[in-house]
Amino acid sequence: MTDNLDIARNIILSPNGILDDHIEQALGLLCMPDVDLADIYFQHSRLESWVLEDGIVKEGAFSIEKGVGLRAVSGEKTGFAYSDDIDSLHLVEAARAASSIVHSGQGRRIAIRAAKSSRPLYTGEDPLLSLDREAKIGLLRRVDEEARNQDPRINQVIVSLVAAHEVVLIAADHGGLSADIRPLVRMNVSVIAEQDGRREQGGSGGGARELLHFLLDEERCLDYARDASRQALINLEAVAAPAGTMTVVLGPGWPGVLLHEAVGHGLEGDFNRKGSSAFAGRLGEQVASSLCTVVDDGAMPGRRGSLRIDDEGTPTQRTVLIENGLLKGYMQDRHNARLMGVAPTGNGRRESYAHLPMPRMTNTYMLAGQSDPADIIASVGNGIYAVNFGGGQVDITSGKFVFSASEAYLIEKGKIGRPVKGATLIGNGPEVLTRVTMVGNDLQLDQGIGVCGKEGQSVPVGVGQPTLRVEQLTVGGTNA
Amino acid sequence: MLEHQAFIQHVVEDLLKEAKRLGADSAEAAASQDSGLSVNVRMGELETLEYTRDNNLGITVYFGKRKGSANTSDLSAQAIRETVRAACDIARYTADDTCSGLADADLMAINPPDLDLYHPWQIEPTEATALARRCEDAARAHDARIINSEGASLNTLRGIHVYGNSHGFIGGYPSSRHSLSCAVIGRDESGMQRDYWYSTERDAERLAQAEEIGIKCAQRTLARLGARRLSTGTAPVIFCADVAPSLLRSFVAAIRGGALYRRASFLLDKLGQPIFPSFVRIHENPLIPCGLSSAPFDNEGVATSAKDLVKDGILQSYVLDSYSARKLGTQTTANAGGVHNLSIQTSGLNLADLMREMDRGLVVTEMMGQGVNRVTGDFSRGATGFWVEGGEIAYPVEEITIAGNLRDIFLGLVAVGNDTDIPGSVRTGSWFIESMTIAGD
Repeated sequence: MTDNLDIARNIILSPNGILDDHIEQALGLLCMPDVDLADIYFQHSRLESWVLEDGIVKEGAFSIEKGVGLRAVSGEKTGFAYSDDIDSLHLVEAARAASSIVHSGQGRRIAIRAAKSSRPLYTGEDPLLSLDREAKIGLLRRVDEEARNQDPRINQVIVSLVAAHEVVLIAADHGGLSADIRPLVRMNVSVIAEQDGRREQGGSGGGARELLHFLLDEERCLDYARDASRQALINLEAVAAPAGTMTVVLGPGWPGVLLHEAVGHGLEGDFNRKGSSAFAGRLGEQVASSLCTVVDDGAMPGRRGSLRIDDEGTPTQRTVLIENGLLKGYMQDRHNARLMGVAPTGNGRRESYAHLPMPRMTNTYMLAGQSDPADIIASVGNGIYAVNFGGGQVDITSGKFVFSASEAYLIEKGKIGRPVKGATLIGNGPEVLTRVTMVGNDLQLDQGIGVCGKEGQSVPVGVGQPTLRVEQLTVGGTNA
Repeated sequence: MLEHQAFIQHVVEDLLKEAKRLGADSAEAAASQDSGLSVNVRMGELETLEYTRDNNLGITVYFGKRKGSANTSDLSAQAIRETVRAACDIARYTADDTCSGLADADLMAINPPDLDLYHPWQIEPTEATALARRCEDAARAHDARIINSEGASLNTLRGIHVYGNSHGFIGGYPSSRHSLSCAVIGRDESGMQRDYWYSTERDAERLAQAEEIGIKCAQRTLARLGARRLSTGTAPVIFCADVAPSLLRSFVAAIRGGALYRRASFLLDKLGQPIFPSFVRIHENPLIPCGLSSAPFDNEGVATSAKDLVKDGILQSYVLDSYSARKLGTQTTANAGGVHNLSIQTSGLNLADLMREMDRGLVVTEMMGQGVNRVTGDFSRGATGFWVEGGEIAYPVEEITIAGNLRDIFLGLVAVGNDTDIPGSVRTGSWFIESMTIAGD
C-alpha cells in the first residue's frame, strides 16, 4: 500500500511544482524568533452531489476546493494567510503575511521529514469513484421508491447523495510532515406526508468515512427511506407538546446532541483557557451524576466524526471528558494546549485551508449504563420520550443550551403515549447531567449526519448515548 | 479594481464559450474574487490577524432540459476547462426537467444601475488593531463587572462578482463590506453572562463609532446579569428590533418558490389573503444606494425592482426564481438568490411605548436554536430577555422557551415599533405580539 504522504505529495505538491525546499523556505519565513508554533496546511478536496426530487434526478454538482493556509503563533497572537493558488510564490507571500504579527528577524532553518504515521481508520480509496454514475442514480431512485411505497400519504420525497474525498498535507514547525486522505459519504431523505390538508415532514439519513457501498450494505439507504416516511406519518398524528419542566427520557443515538451542546462545547480548550466557559476552572469537580461517563473519541474506525490525524497533524485519541460524574479533561488543539501547559488531544480542526484551526469535537458520546431501556420508560409517571432531534445551540458562558425534538411522545403512567409536535428543550449545561437518574445499557452512536458549527466554521461530527432519564428539563411546547 | 473586473469578466466569458464548444444548448456562469483583512483584539492585545482571499467560479450547463453544475476555487484556464467538462458530464446523467433553464431573455437587466456598493477601505493592520482595541477598551472600561472578553473584531472585505449567461447577458460589479463587533463577559454573584454588539456597512465612514459599539456591548451584557426563569404560562411578547428580522426571515422562507412548489410551507395558497393585521406593509427594495443587500440584478441576471410583499396585511407577492415560477405557472420575481433589503412599516411607538402598551409580558432579546417548522409554522425556541411589569423592565430572564404557530404570531402582531436603529439589511422595529406560550418552571 502506498503511503498517505506519497499520495498527498502526488495530488497536491507535484502538479503545482512544490518541492520540499519550498516548504522549508516557507516554514523558515513563518518561524521568526518570537514564533512558538507554525504550520502550513495544504488541501485538495473533491465533492460530488446528486439530488432527486419529484421522482427524477434533477441536479448534480461537482466541486473542487484547493488551497494552502499558513499560520504563525506567538504567545496568544496568531497570524494567518491563505491562498487558492498553490505555488512557491504565493507560499512565500502568505508566509510573510502570517508572520507579520511578530518582528521579523532571522527565521529558523527547519528540515522537514515524514512524521510517524498512525493506524488507518478508513480507506484511502476515492468514494466518488466507488460507484459509477448509473449506480448512483439507481440508488437515489430505489430510495425514492421505498419512501413512497411506505404509504400513499407520502407525496413529496427529496433524496440527496454526497461523496467527498479530501486530501490534506500538513507541515509543522517541528519539521513533521503528515498527510491524511479522508473519504466521506452521506445520504439524506426528507419527505412530506399529507392528509386532510395537514402536512408534516420527516427526515432521516446517514453516512460515514467509507465508500458509497456503506449506504447499500444492510440496506441502510432503504432504512433511511422507511424511517423518514415513518416519522412524517407519526407527525400527522401529533398533538400539541406540553410546556413546562418535566422528566424527559431521551432515546439512544442521535439524541446525544444533548451532550454535544450541554457539555461538549463548554469543554473545548479555547473557552476554558480564556475563562469564558461555564466549566472553566472546574477540573476534578462533580458536573454530572455518578452514572455519567462522557468521552470524545476521534479514533473510531470509519465514523463521520473520526480523523486519523487532526488538522494539525496530531493523531486523534479517546479523551475522557467526564468520568463517573467528575470533570476529567478538556479537548485541545496545539495552541491552547501549549498555553494551558497540557498535551494536545487531537481535537485541532478547521473547516478548510481558509480557516484557522481550533479545538473541536470529533465523536462525543456517553458510555452505557446498567438500566434496561424499557424499565427507564416504565419508571416515569408523566413526561416526554424524545427520540429524534434537529439541531441545538449553546451559550457557553451562561451554560444555557437548547436542542429541538423532531419526534417525541408523551409518557403517561410509565407507558409511551401519543406523539407530540416538535418542541425545543432548554436547560443549563453544568446542571443537566447532574439530573441524569438512569442510564440505559443500549449505547448507540448516531447514523452519521452531524454537522457542528463554531465561529462560522462547519465540521462533520458524531454523537451518541444510551437511553437516559433526565429530571427537570424544560420542554417548550404550546400546551401550558 | 477595473482590471480585476475585466479579468473576472473574461473568466465568465471563457466558461460560457467552453460550454458552447462542448455542445451545451445554454449555460450560465458566475465568478467572484474577494479579498480582505480581519483582526481580533482580546484583552487589549492583538489575538488574530487574518488576510483573506477567496476565488470562486461556477457553471451550470443545460442540454435540452437536463442540467449539470460544477464549481471550483481555481480561476486558471485549465480549471475552467475541467470545471465545464465536469458540469457537462453531470448533465449526461440528470433527467429531463421541463421547468429547468435560464430565466427568460427579455427579463435580463439592461444597463443595470450603479448602486454605489463599492467603498474599499485601505486600512493597515496596525490601524485596524487600534480601532478594534478602542472598541474593546470602551466595553471593558464601562463597568467593573465586565471581567472578561471574547474580543473586538474588525473585518473588511472587497470583491467583484460577475454573472453571465448564453442569452448574451453579462453583468458584474465590485462591492465592499466592513464590520466592527465586540463581545464581552460580565460577572456578578449570580454568574457569568455574555453579549455582543456590532456595526456593518458598505462604506466604513458609516460605521458606528468604536466606543459606541463597545459601550452598547457592555450595557447589553450587564443587563443580562441576575437573569431568572419564568413560570410556565401564556403572555404577550415583544421581539426586540434586533431579533425581529428572524421573524421576517421565517415569513420569507415560507413564501419562497422552493417551499411553495414542494408544498412545504405554512403559507400555501395565501396570495391575496390576509396573513398579517391590516396595518402591516412589508416591502423589498433591492435598489437602495449603498444598501447592504442591494443588487441591480438577481442570480439569474433578471433586473430587480422594488415591490410590496405584504400590503394592508395581504400577501401581494411570492419570492420566486425562474425555476420555481415555472413550477407554479407564473413569472419570476427576480429573487433568485434571495430577497434584498426588506423593511416593515413602523408605527409611531418606540420600545418604551410598546412596553407600556403591553404592561405585563416578555421582551425577547435573543433566541436560541432552530425550532421553526416551515411546513407547519410551529415555532418553539429558547429565549432570553426581560420580564415587564407595569410597563417597565422588572428583571432579566433566561432558560425559558417561547412557542406558538407563526400563522397566529403574524396575525397576532399588535404593533411594530419605530426603534429601527439596528445594523443589517432588514429595517424593522420591535414586534409586539398578542400572546405566546412560555415554558419555564
